[in-house]
Order: sequence, then C-alpha cells, then structure tokens
Amino acid sequence: MKLKKMMNAAVASRYFSFFITAFLFLVLYGVGMMNFHGFTRPQVFFNLFIDNATLIIVTVGITFTLLIGGIDLSVGAVVALACMILAYLLEYTAVPVAAAVLLVLVFGIAFGALQGYIITKFDMQPFIITLAGMFFCRGMTAVISRDTISITNPFYVSIASARISVFGLGFVSIGAVMALLVLLIAAVVLGFTRFGRTIYAIGGSESSAALMGLPVFRTKVLVYTINGFCAALGGVAYSWIMLSGYTLHALGMEMDAIASSVIGGTLLTGGVAFLPGTLFGVLIQGVILTFITFQGTLSAWWTKIVIGALLCVFIVMQAIITERKSKLSSKSSLENRL
Amino acid sequence: MNWKRITSSSLFLPLLALFALLLFNVIFVDGFLSIQMTDDGRLYGRLIDILNRSSSLIILSLGMTFVIATSGIDISVGAVVAISAAVVCTLIGGRGDGVAEHPMALAILAAVAIGVLCGIWNGFLVARLKIQAVVATLILMTAGRGIAQLLTAGQIITVYYKPFSYISGTIPGNVLPTNIFIAAAMVLLVAFIMKKTSIGLFVQAVGINATASKYAGISVSLVLFVVYAFSGFCAGVSGLIESSLIRAADANNAGLNMEMDAILAVALGGTLLSGGKFYIGGSVIGAITIQTLTTTMYALGIASDQLPVIKAIAVVILCLIQSKKCQALVASWKDNRHGGNPGKAVEKA
Repeated sequence: MKLKKMMNAAVASRYFSFFITAFLFLVLYGVGMMNFHGFTRPQVFFNLFIDNATLIIVTVGITFTLLIGGIDLSVGAVVALACMILAYLLEYTAVPVAAAVLLVLVFGIAFGALQGYIITKFDMQPFIITLAGMFFCRGMTAVISRDTISITNPFYVSIASARISVFGLGFVSIGAVMALLVLLIAAVVLGFTRFGRTIYAIGGSESSAALMGLPVFRTKVLVYTINGFCAALGGVAYSWIMLSGYTLHALGMEMDAIASSVIGGTLLTGGVAFLPGTLFGVLIQGVILTFITFQGTLSAWWTKIVIGALLCVFIVMQAIITERKSKLSSKSSLENRL
Repeated sequence: MNWKRITSSSLFLPLLALFALLLFNVIFVDGFLSIQMTDDGRLYGRLIDILNRSSSLIILSLGMTFVIATSGIDISVGAVVAISAAVVCTLIGGRGDGVAEHPMALAILAAVAIGVLCGIWNGFLVARLKIQAVVATLILMTAGRGIAQLLTAGQIITVYYKPFSYISGTIPGNVLPTNIFIAAAMVLLVAFIMKKTSIGLFVQAVGINATASKYAGISVSLVLFVVYAFSGFCAGVSGLIESSLIRAADANNAGLNMEMDAILAVALGGTLLSGGKFYIGGSVIGAITIQTLTTTMYALGIASDQLPVIKAIAVVILCLIQSKKCQALVASWKDNRHGGNPGKAVEKA
C-alpha cells in the first residue's frame, strides 16, 4: 500500500519524465560501454555534444513554443536556409564573417517574429503557418542555390575546427559550448524570470493568463521570435559541422527536436517543460546514433524509425499519465478527454 | 445582391483561381487547349495531362478534407504515399524481363491495405490516445520514409511489368488514362455517401464542437478513427497512382511535399482549416487548380524544389482570407475609411 502511494507520488511528480529520461540515457550508455570497447573513452561522451550542438539549440527554441501549447515545424528548414545564406555570403560576396553571422541571426529573429505575429494576431493554428514557413524556407534554400555550396573561408573554417580541451579528458567544439550556454540561459529565463513564468502561465491556460492581466500577445510573439533566433543560431552551429549549404540539410530536424523535447518531459498540450530533461532527450538520440555508427551494419534509415518509435512511446506514456492524473484529481474526465 | 451570392459561394474562389490560371496558360502556352488523338487511339494534350497528374492529388484531398473538417490534420500522407508505392513495387518486383513476381491484384490490395493500416495507426493515436493530430501524424511523416526505405532496401525499384503502367496510363482501347476514372469513381462514391448517409453531418459536428457532439450522442472517437483510416486509404490509392506514373518506387521522393498540396487544395476549396463545414467539390477543384499551378510553374522554368516558396505564400494568404479576425479587421478598416459606425464590424465578426 505504501509502495503504491510512493509510486503514485513519483508518477504525479513534475520531474517523473526527467528521471525516466535520465535513467534511460544511463542505461543506454551503460549497454554501449559493455558492448563496444570504444564507448568507454570520454571523447565519445563529448562527441555527443559536438555532434548534437545544433539539435540542442533548436530543441531549446522549440520547447518554448511547445510550452505555450504551440508548435514550430519550420525549424529544420530555417537551419538549412541559415546554412545556405551563410555559405552564399561567405563564398560569393565580400561580406565579413561577423556580418554574415549577424545577418543570419537577424533573419531568424525576423522570420520567427513574423510567424509569431501571424499566428497570434490572426488567431491561426501554429502548425499550418509554420508548415508553410517550412516549405517557404526549403524553397528559398533552393532559390539561392540548388547545388551544394562549400564554405572555404579560412577564418570561418578555423572557428569551425577550433577545439577546447576539457580537463585533459577530451575536447569540445565552440558549437557545443554555445549550445550549453543557450540551454543554461534558457533554463534561467524560464525558471527565474517574470517572462518565463508568464510563458508557463499561458501554457497552463491562455484565457486565465489573459484574465490575470499578463501580456499574452507580446509573450506569444516573443516566444516564436526566440524560437526563430534559436533555429538560426542552430543553423550557424550546423554550418560549423557541415561547412556547406545544401537544400536537404537538417531534413526532418523539427521531428528530432520535438522528439527530444517530448522525451525530456515536455507536454505537447503546453504548460509543462523542464529544460535539463530536453538535454537528455537530445543525448538519448545521440547515443542511439552512436550505437548505429559503432554497430556499422545498420542502415541510416533505422535512426528515423527508432526515433519515431521512441517519440511514440513517450507520447503514449504522457497520454496515459495525463489521463491517470486527471482521474486522480477527480476532474470532469470528459473535458480532458476531448 | 445576386453578385454577392455568387462571390460568397464556396466554389467561387477555387473556380476563379482555376480560371485565371487557365487563362494565363491559354495566352502564354502554345496549343494549351488542343487535344489530339494518337495513332493507337489515346487522347493527348496538356489538359489531359493536368487531369492525369492531378488525380492522385484529388484523391489525397478527399481524405484530407474529412480530416480537416474534424479540425485535425494529417501531415503523414506524403510518407504513406511513399510506403504504398514501395509495397506495390517490391511485390511486383523489378525483374528486367517484365514478369511480375506476385500477381498485380495482390500487390495493389497490399498497397491499399498498408495505406489503411497507416491510417488506422494515426486514427488510434488521435482518437484513442487523444494525441494532437499534428504530432500524431508527424511520427509517421518522418518514420514513414524510413519504413519505405527499409522496404525497398534503399534502392529505387523500377518495375518493367507492363500492366502496372496501365494504372496511370491508358489501358489499350481506352481513350483516357485509368487514374482519371479512379479519381472520378472515388469522388462519386464519396458524394453518394455524403448524400445518402449522415456521416458528413457527424464529421462536421465533431469539427465544430467535439464536446457538444459527444453530449449529443455522437461517438467522437469512432468518427475520428474512420476519418483517419479513410485518409490512409486515399494515400494508399495515391501511392499506387504515383508509382505507376513513374513505374518505380522512390522512397525519398514519392509523394514529397504532397501533404502541403493536399492541405492547400482543401483550403482553396473553402473548407476552414479550423474544422467544421467542408466542401468536397471545392477540394476537387482546388486539387486541379494546384496541379495547374504546378504545371504552369514548371512551364515557366521554376524547379520543383523552388516551387514550395510560392505554395507556402499561397497557403498563408488563403489562411488570412479565411481568418475571421482578419475579416473583422478589414471590415473595421473599411468602416473607418467611410466614416461609418464601427459597430457594424463587430456585428459581422
């Protein structure tokens, strides 16, 4: 009886998903260590951050939109477009590196703000506008160039290949450091600022937040703006890994980002998210990818299927937990079911 | 007054867009309207070509119309098209001597069945587990292409079996491509069901207010389930037509961007993306319009991967036109300009 009560308390805890995710990550990593000798090297762990710097940044952005009960399907395409703009500016124009990066970030902010404005002002479903945004950005990437543009700018390449040593155990890239910084700032903003609490309030109930006098319109537009900025910044980090612009870059990254966020404990209905959890969500995907690389015989498309399956499991788990919770709190169950 | 009735008709916008596109083509493309008879008795011409190419989109938008009417969305249709194409091509097999490994009827049945299965999966997630439609179908949208690649082992399977090309080509002795008849049959079937049963009313009720429908005794989850299964069925049939058109299964490119086209067709047809009232006829005209737009753009030298820019802008504009808030804003702006009383705008909204 006591055990059951403890179980119930654990399931109802806000951090339940986080614990499961962290546990799953440790188990996966442990299995990897047992099966492959190379897994035990610390550098493999650091590589998770180097390879997934973009995904971490993009996931942070998309978590903001998921928190207010929205969604953004355009992030992958924005990453691709950011890479393409950077590659084009650095290869075919005399624009300095700093200006090119700045321009890309401004584009991301403007695009995010525009999407947010249309969604909020005209009361549109976010997925339809951001789906259009996704097609728009992919198309624009092809308009700039249908072929791959390689980035050969020596200064840019040196930034991309710079490595920072971590206690002599291994090294990380600038992108990875940037990703962790973004995550930290976002976690602080969400947890400890008025703006962050407003986001949670809107996610919990938009009409209540409006009745409380919170600036709903401004916050929602800002959330999409932040997301656009994160996607563009993710694009910059992605260009450090790929050193090229191509129309099919980051294809399906929106799905990976949503999956990471959900695996990390974000509720798709809004109002619940825990950023350290989303980091583990990204890392789990990274471990699975590393598995497939170490295995060597599995094909790349297995990644998509595994991530799809994983997302599915976590969403189903969420659905069941939410249903259980609503039963426990003896609300009108009909309201929650619909 | 009469003019107002015409412009407010649901078919006005899609028909106007189609007419404008056709007019543009007639002026700028030589021999756009000419239809000739080939030596072996087939009709040939640009108009027939547009109909031929739009048939799979028409079928997809049929399924999508119902999904959107329940205020849901199915963004997995493109991937389901790829899966269905992969199934039919793998079963018939890519043997160079033109012999089918399995009977074609079996392959067709399997492809449609897998489409329905995908639809049932989506329906299960949406109707039973109450997951938001966009996220539920996003799973299949991304994983679906992986599954299709798994089926074809990452290869493009080219089918040399002759009868397979008849699905999107002409059966000897017929004047029109078969897929036009398939699309027409499905549209008629849906129209018949809408006329004779109250399923359409149920779908509409769920889209307008699911809670109220439940209290009114409608099984909301059953309606949702059927709607997504039907969308999967439509995607399965589309997959057949798409793969037959190129006589191959390309897991990466089959049905690429088709979800956008289908949504665009439905929106153009006058169905509100927020659900509720829907127009089958509008969606069909919308689908033909989209295909005409695509063909026109290709004729103007715009590449297939650049085309989404124009379609994305079209979707946003269409959504803005449909949006009640936008209409209210325009109305109040008009009233202000004419110095009329602003109360009128509120009434309209």
